Amino acid sequence: MPSPVNSHKTPAGPQPQNPAELIVDGAVVANDWHLLQLLGEDEPLPTVAALPAGKLILPVSLWLLLRQELLSRQQEIGVWLDSDESAELIGDHGAELPLIAIHFCSFADGRGFTSASILRQRYGYQGELRATGRFMQDQLTYLRRCGFNAFAFEGGAPLDSLLDSLQDFSESYQAASDQPLPVFRRRPLC
Amino acid sequence: MYRYDETDHTLIRERVAQFRDQTKRYLSGALNEEQFLPLRLQNGLYIQRLAPMLRIAVPYGLLSSAQLRRLAEITRKYDKGYAHFTTRQNVQLNWPQLEDVPDILADLAEVEMHAVQTSGNCIRNTTTDQFAGVAQDELVDPRPYCELIRQWSTFHPEFAFLPRKFKIAVCGASNDRAAIRAHDIGVQIVKNAQGELGFQIFAGGGLGRTPVIGVVIREFLAEQDLLSYLDAIVRVYNQLGRRDNKYKARIKILIKAMGAEAFAERVEEAWQQSKNNADKLTDDAIAWAKGFFSQCNYRSFDNTHTEALLQKQAGESKAFARWLARNSFPHRVAGYRAVTLSTKPTGVPPGDVTDHQLEAIAELADRYSFGEARVTHEQNIVLADVEQEKLFEFWQDARKHGFATPNIGTLTDMICCPGGDYCSLANAKSIPVAEAIQRKFDDLDYLYDLGDLDLNISGCMNACGHHHLGHIGILGVDKRGEEFYQLQLGGSGSEQASLAKVLGPSFSREEVPGVVAKLLDVFVERRLPDELFIDTYHRIGAQPFKERVYAKPS
Repeated sequence: MPSPVNSHKTPAGPQPQNPAELIVDGAVVANDWHLLQLLGEDEPLPTVAALPAGKLILPVSLWLLLRQELLSRQQEIGVWLDSDESAELIGDHGAELPLIAIHFCSFADGRGFTSASILRQRYGYQGELRATGRFMQDQLTYLRRCGFNAFAFEGGAPLDSLLDSLQDFSESYQAASDQPLPVFRRRPLC
Repeated sequence: MYRYDETDHTLIRERVAQFRDQTKRYLSGALNEEQFLPLRLQNGLYIQRLAPMLRIAVPYGLLSSAQLRRLAEITRKYDKGYAHFTTRQNVQLNWPQLEDVPDILADLAEVEMHAVQTSGNCIRNTTTDQFAGVAQDELVDPRPYCELIRQWSTFHPEFAFLPRKFKIAVCGASNDRAAIRAHDIGVQIVKNAQGELGFQIFAGGGLGRTPVIGVVIREFLAEQDLLSYLDAIVRVYNQLGRRDNKYKARIKILIKAMGAEAFAERVEEAWQQSKNNADKLTDDAIAWAKGFFSQCNYRSFDNTHTEALLQKQAGESKAFARWLARNSFPHRVAGYRAVTLSTKPTGVPPGDVTDHQLEAIAELADRYSFGEARVTHEQNIVLADVEQEKLFEFWQDARKHGFATPNIGTLTDMICCPGGDYCSLANAKSIPVAEAIQRKFDDLDYLYDLGDLDLNISGCMNACGHHHLGHIGILGVDKRGEEFYQLQLGGSGSEQASLAKVLGPSFSREEVPGVVAKLLDVFVERRLPDELFIDTYHRIGAQPFKERVYAKPS
């Protein structure tokens, strides 16, 4: 369902921030990526040369326009999807990306769970999948099960205190990104 | 019935621990009201007008006697000694303390119960026919599929924050007793031309502010594709459903906006990508699920003998004959009947039972019906496997506990939401309206003469009392701060599903019983022999009813 590329997308809500630390693969680490927010209405489209050096997470709308030119910087270019942007916008191109961030403009907006599941299940995306924005501690297990392995939490809570919530559940019924088989294929049935 | 294994026990225990921690964080101020809201809702906890309300899940309505006894204990220990059966076949407690809820959930977990996903914007308790597995008009028992759906939908990581709530119902019989066309997804078990078992899938039904009858989005789905296809529907809904306005967020609005065909195509596209994934059901999994529901302890009876005995008993007691005619239901096994315990004697809020009654149901289930009971979406209780020879004795026992009101399917067997007496959403009270109608129409001969008649009452347009599906629907409305009631006619939740239409201007609470009487008068005058109210209404239309009800006094 890729929609026409619009470099000046309207934000679905509050935009993602750049916290100094985040959780990656169950550990608290320094955030060495810088996320570029959506372009403002009057901001001109930047050229590739004008982009800052280092690891960058670009809005998908911007990345789609600059993708070919950015292939030489492949290992330091990631992409973020807004809450209302679907995983199909990236599709198989995910293989080019070391990092995809999915933004939650509010914890109640669950579209990001589906975006992550589609990237992992349908497109076989293997890189870092990072949740940004206003998700909650209590969603961490579900986020992890949908394939997120990085959590750029914006709440005030110390990140160490959140780690336990990644393992609220040690079992599951459904197949998901963390468990390829649903319970009915794992149980001794007779 | 289904019994937990170690996986289920582990999950439910961990859920209790999770919610205990969340409640602690909320009470300490670490979680604010807005953050705690979806967490408590997904554990069945509402904050109501007078106290919190806890909605406990009863998967597809099935309860064991041990579970009923535990519910009775819980109502005594944490509540006021009674409970309420809902139209989603669940149980509600009206007076728990917020701090006690983790303990209540722990007590429930010990008997394989929980309150998971009984509220919130997630997949709710799957419902089905209260006569599943015993009805004569059934193709196959829907409960094994309900259980597979329960496991798939419980803690589904992708679908816990949908645009809005999501309800699924399954029907395995030719008569739809589960109102599947009034659900976000309705699953009808069918056989195709080749004789293969599968499902016809309805989507986009629902009540509430914008009532819609569901439409078929797939005529035939193979048995093993059930979960992957449901997954595809919910996935498309999660992506495309509206989130800007909660009143336009249900899947019915999305399907109306896209058109059923475009929606079905979109689901098909998503499903083609995932249909051969691990969610595809295996023969072993289906056989395993069926194993929990195959009742094989039936005795064999000489049917001529048991029927003759019943006729004799009915001949000797008019009261028993009435109860037998209204409250028992034919069974597929000779010598058995399914029996409905009415929770609707006059003066008791429909669906309410005391702690002692919960224990009495358990006792009756143990003595007469393999220790199992079912909650019906009409808020009654069914004991599905009673030996005909023991019906007379059963009836005497049921009477002692106030369960033998012989009104099943009649006007006084109303569906009624808790209404303004409890609910903070309600515009008007509904329980006193139900009671006033029961008092006015207490002549059983008259009720029987009227025949099957669904009267449903909701205290607001959220429609928990399914007023749109009533042959007669009553809706509480607020008019300048006063409670009024709108009458609607012609709804049905059956396989001939239809939505009731508003008759005209609303009435005061005192006027309602008299208005119902006028509607019934028109029906009695105009009906063909043995015609039901709904059929007369469809034949003659609303006009004669309107004329009578709104006639100026001469």
